[in-house]
Amino acid sequence: MFPLSSFHEFSTVANLAMAVALGFGFGFCLERAGFGSARKLTAVFYLYDMAVVKVMFSAIVTAMTGIYLLSAAGLLDVGELYLEPTNFAAQVIGGLVFGAGFIVGGYCPGTCVAAMATGRKDGLSFAFGMLAGVFAYAELTPGIDTWIKDTAQGAMTLPMITGIGAGWWTLAFIAFLAFAGWGMGRLETRFAGFRPRAA
Amino acid sequence: MTHTLADTRVAAARSNAHTAPRAYWNPYLAGVLLGLVLLATYAVTGRGLGATGAFGAIAAWLAGLFSPEHAATNLVHAKYWNDGLPLESWTLFLLIGAFVGALVSGVAGHRVKVTVERGPRVTDGQRLAIAFIGGFVAAYGAKIAKGCTSGQALTGGSILNVGSLVFMLAVFASAYGLAYFVRKEWL
Repeated sequence: MFPLSSFHEFSTVANLAMAVALGFGFGFCLERAGFGSARKLTAVFYLYDMAVVKVMFSAIVTAMTGIYLLSAAGLLDVGELYLEPTNFAAQVIGGLVFGAGFIVGGYCPGTCVAAMATGRKDGLSFAFGMLAGVFAYAELTPGIDTWIKDTAQGAMTLPMITGIGAGWWTLAFIAFLAFAGWGMGRLETRFAGFRPRAA
Repeated sequence: MTHTLADTRVAAARSNAHTAPRAYWNPYLAGVLLGLVLLATYAVTGRGLGATGAFGAIAAWLAGLFSPEHAATNLVHAKYWNDGLPLESWTLFLLIGAFVGALVSGVAGHRVKVTVERGPRVTDGQRLAIAFIGGFVAAYGAKIAKGCTSGQALTGGSILNVGSLVFMLAVFASAYGLAYFVRKEWL
């Protein structure tokens, strides 16, 4: 039954309309979480407000649980879900570079849209920087894409490489979230002094 | 009729209640709802969320304005060229929806404000320049890692993709490592 796209051919218009509808929910949640504000986003790196990790972690665990339950009920074919090939070198280097852009720029590609929508001029500046970066990558260093493709290690998930089922991993992530939630509460109290007094 | 100071204060508090930014959602609640959006995206498209692709589509479209042949043959632009219709990109429409969703949420919460987000020790102009550089660097990282916070961390993480989890650890390691050096921008 799911994913729908594997069992039903959607027209371009229908596809793009679904993109707008799902995007609405995406942007609404990001803004409600406070992710349209660079100071709220970067607060996580000064430990006085861990909302970024709380939101991301609970979103991942929620989707993970949903995917597991839908698949256990026979409603979702997990094999049809797109799995980006793993390439450890590219993902570590890319992650380090991306993290630098995140703490310096204050946003990531999705959150800068929520920032622009709520009037943040620095969000707009970040988006122009992103566009310039993507353009430069295509024009100046397209060879990196060839290297990534040639050195990729292929599709890899935790259940695949450990032999431990997705259900157990999902339970482990839920347990870890509960523990991390407690720990993050302690951090926020400890580093409350960094919190700006007025918004 | 005379206005006392107390009257003025009550009136100010009332008008403040109408215009002051409302509090954000509890982060765990926001996360669960964001997770449900991600789950719905998987159930519909089988691919999850992404944001960087939209910028790739716009870059390919811009390149095509100068030279369609170049846009169609460049190794990176070609992935977004879509036979000459790069703007008919799923991710670009996702972000258009996200813009509207964030705007609606911001208006409802009285949080829309034309401003520059920064700490008290940098100027608006400095912050705008730094934001541009940060965007440029983040784009490069996302291109190398084949995804960003949405496409790798959230989307890949929820299906236990090993590379996505490694990416997420690298992002946080890098940002925590650099936070001290850019503290003047934020604190």
